[in-house]
Amino acid sequence: MSEKTDKNAKTGTADGAGRRLSVFKTYKLYVGGKFPRSESGRVYEVTDSEGHWLANAPLSSRKDARDAVVAARKAFGGWAGATAYNRGQVLYRVAEMLEGRREQFAAEVADAEGLSRDEAATQVDAAVDRWVWYAGWTDKIAQIVGGGNPVAGPFFNLSSPEPTGVVAVLAPQESSFLGLVSVLAPVIATGNTAVVIASERAPLPALSLGEVLATSDVPGGVVNVLSGRTAEIAAPLAAHQDVNAIDLAGAGEALAKELEIAAADNLKRVLRPQPVDDWAATPGTERMTAFLETKTVWHPTGSLGASGSAY
Amino acid sequence: MSKKNKKTRQAAVASAAEAGGTLAATAAATAPVAHAAPERASAFAYAPAPESRAVVDIAPSYGLFIDGEFTEAADGRVFKTVSPATEEVLSEVAQAGEADVDRAVKAARKAFGVWSALPGAERAKYLFRIARIIQERSRELAVLETLDNGKPIRETRDADLPLVAAHFFYYAGWADKLDHAGYGAHPRPLGVAGQVIPWNFPLLMLAWKIAPALATGNTVVLKPAETTPLSALFFADVCRRAGLPRGVVNILPGYGDAGAALVAHPDVDKVAFTGSTAVGKQIARTVAGTRKKLTLELGGKGANIVFDDAPIDQAVEGVVNGIFFNQGQVCCAGSRLLVQESIHDELLDSLKRRLSTLRLGDPLDKNTDIGAINSAEQLARITSLVEQGEAEGAERWSAPCELPGNGYWFAPTLFTGVTQAHTVARDEIFGPVLSVLTFRTPDEAVAKANNTPYGLSAGIWTEKGSRILAVANRLRAGVVWSNTFNKFDPTSPFGGYKESGFGREGGRHGLEAYLDV
Repeated sequence: MSEKTDKNAKTGTADGAGRRLSVFKTYKLYVGGKFPRSESGRVYEVTDSEGHWLANAPLSSRKDARDAVVAARKAFGGWAGATAYNRGQVLYRVAEMLEGRREQFAAEVADAEGLSRDEAATQVDAAVDRWVWYAGWTDKIAQIVGGGNPVAGPFFNLSSPEPTGVVAVLAPQESSFLGLVSVLAPVIATGNTAVVIASERAPLPALSLGEVLATSDVPGGVVNVLSGRTAEIAAPLAAHQDVNAIDLAGAGEALAKELEIAAADNLKRVLRPQPVDDWAATPGTERMTAFLETKTVWHPTGSLGASGSAY
Repeated sequence: MSKKNKKTRQAAVASAAEAGGTLAATAAATAPVAHAAPERASAFAYAPAPESRAVVDIAPSYGLFIDGEFTEAADGRVFKTVSPATEEVLSEVAQAGEADVDRAVKAARKAFGVWSALPGAERAKYLFRIARIIQERSRELAVLETLDNGKPIRETRDADLPLVAAHFFYYAGWADKLDHAGYGAHPRPLGVAGQVIPWNFPLLMLAWKIAPALATGNTVVLKPAETTPLSALFFADVCRRAGLPRGVVNILPGYGDAGAALVAHPDVDKVAFTGSTAVGKQIARTVAGTRKKLTLELGGKGANIVFDDAPIDQAVEGVVNGIFFNQGQVCCAGSRLLVQESIHDELLDSLKRRLSTLRLGDPLDKNTDIGAINSAEQLARITSLVEQGEAEGAERWSAPCELPGNGYWFAPTLFTGVTQAHTVARDEIFGPVLSVLTFRTPDEAVAKANNTPYGLSAGIWTEKGSRILAVANRLRAGVVWSNTFNKFDPTSPFGGYKESGFGREGGRHGLEAYLDV
């Protein structure tokens, strides 16, 4: 590839003058807490906004998608069962780890989206803050959307939100990092586990995020990141019987419809793509509630009278 | 019971049998067959206590209710609705088709502007009026519902109708308080809601659909089920009495084709469906790729888990209520009994004893426990699944009772020796059929309870509070009843996990389905 020389120019080429040869990074998937290549052995070339080669990314297969679902399902019980406080701690830890790698992500986002370094850094900062925002939500959302219900009878009646399960997330195509974090964080803040399809054209920030998550006490399998052709990976996820919900943020109109039809087969919760003008705007709670179930538990309150029975 | 009483009641049973035999004989506590111990059976016999039909006046024919008027179907089609208890034709009803759906949606669209612009407090007052009129006419509506649906008058009178009125009362109060509902300031209605409801709780399902839709400022086109159109048409009259503006509520009796046309109509903004999972999936495919908001309340295969420390008598009552309420034609029915192995025999003995005392027969009799199955089609489905259960080797036991000669009836039935692989443990039967499975540990109980694509309801019976909470936490079901079952309230959100659908009806949660949030 001819542009390769440009990339090498940017990252340094060894020459007689003693300039150091840089080390390229092999971008890999993040599945079940590990960093596998695609089982298919395929990669595709990722370029910057001007067409210059940046790296090869794994071209995930349907089998990679299924493996990721298995990993996400395996992680679900533990993550959903963790205390909300603990999940908040872990999400905050993600923000801490990300802050420390701010420069790396700013560079990757700048390349991926054709932004200046400053603009890219603003995106990364917003993404860090977004993790902090959702970290704080983990132990509050239940109080916002759940609560006691004053039923007309001698019953204790409580509604609580619970995570729906494994959520397939099609990350936004344009906002490769802030957009990704904005759709991923609410899914796992509420106790779901995720299989994320990175932006097809700009997957590198998402793949690097896997490295951050792996070192942030996020249990393996809670987040699984796949790169490749969105439509190719999304189809088996939308049809998968062990996926509970799908966020279509990164799907175009035709693909979204096709996936929603496939998702009906086991009645997945579907979050349709919505136009987002500014990923940096403060989100509402909708991305959390979209993947929450409401469980209502009844119990007789009985009486302290002499009737003898509590029922 | 005094000897004299006993005699009177025996005589009453005899005369009831002469009068048409719809009042079933009931078995004695220990008698395996009703007629084996007539002396004991009489102890459980009741005099006929029929609720009067005179309170309801059913017209020979009804139209569609569109834009505030009763009207014929565009193509003039009609269908008959029968009493499932006697197969008597109750009335002839206009059958909506695609053209009628279009007309109704247009009427609802036209009404939406004015209705949604009304101050919430004014919309509230309409709903309060409706609630009050329903309360005033509740006996009439209860008798009507029992006639058209076949369920016992005791249930329509004591459960369906009070809940219907309560639902309108509850959502009436929300209409001017939506800013405080947690969906942001000034949440907007969606527009025209297309609603398709089932036949098992015709008027209650109508209330669950229409009350929140109107409170939030939407207008509705509702299709009742083809076997139970009458109470929805009476509701149309309630709307007229309440002075509800034309077109805000439109009622389209009809079959599945009308429902499909409504769901697919391009000018419908919101689709709400209660019914089978298969149809729910079809609807989800239909609305895919549109802007229509969708809520689905579908099937279930609820597990009722009884631990060895549960108070047996209360648990038996709960299990009976769980699967035989409304002849088991309840989406959240506790159709799987998971009993801890050590008390299996004791519980089953009690259960069979109790089932033998259930009175099956004339739904209008105030003492009737088990009414008619809603339709010949549903009866055929129940019969076929029960036959399959037997063929697969589960052991069938049916309560000893006589089934009336006319109408659609099925005796309370349970299967023992059921494994998770049996069809009767997996498929929703939607009838008075209970599958009994066993477990040893709480873990096993939870695993078995969750081993279904459904996730609507579950029950837990134990005296141990911490066990209730631990098990409730792990059950993947939208409603968990502990030491009780089949309780409903307008303030309490209802709806399923997994293939039991999505969205909630009831409570603050129920508003979301009808708001642009």
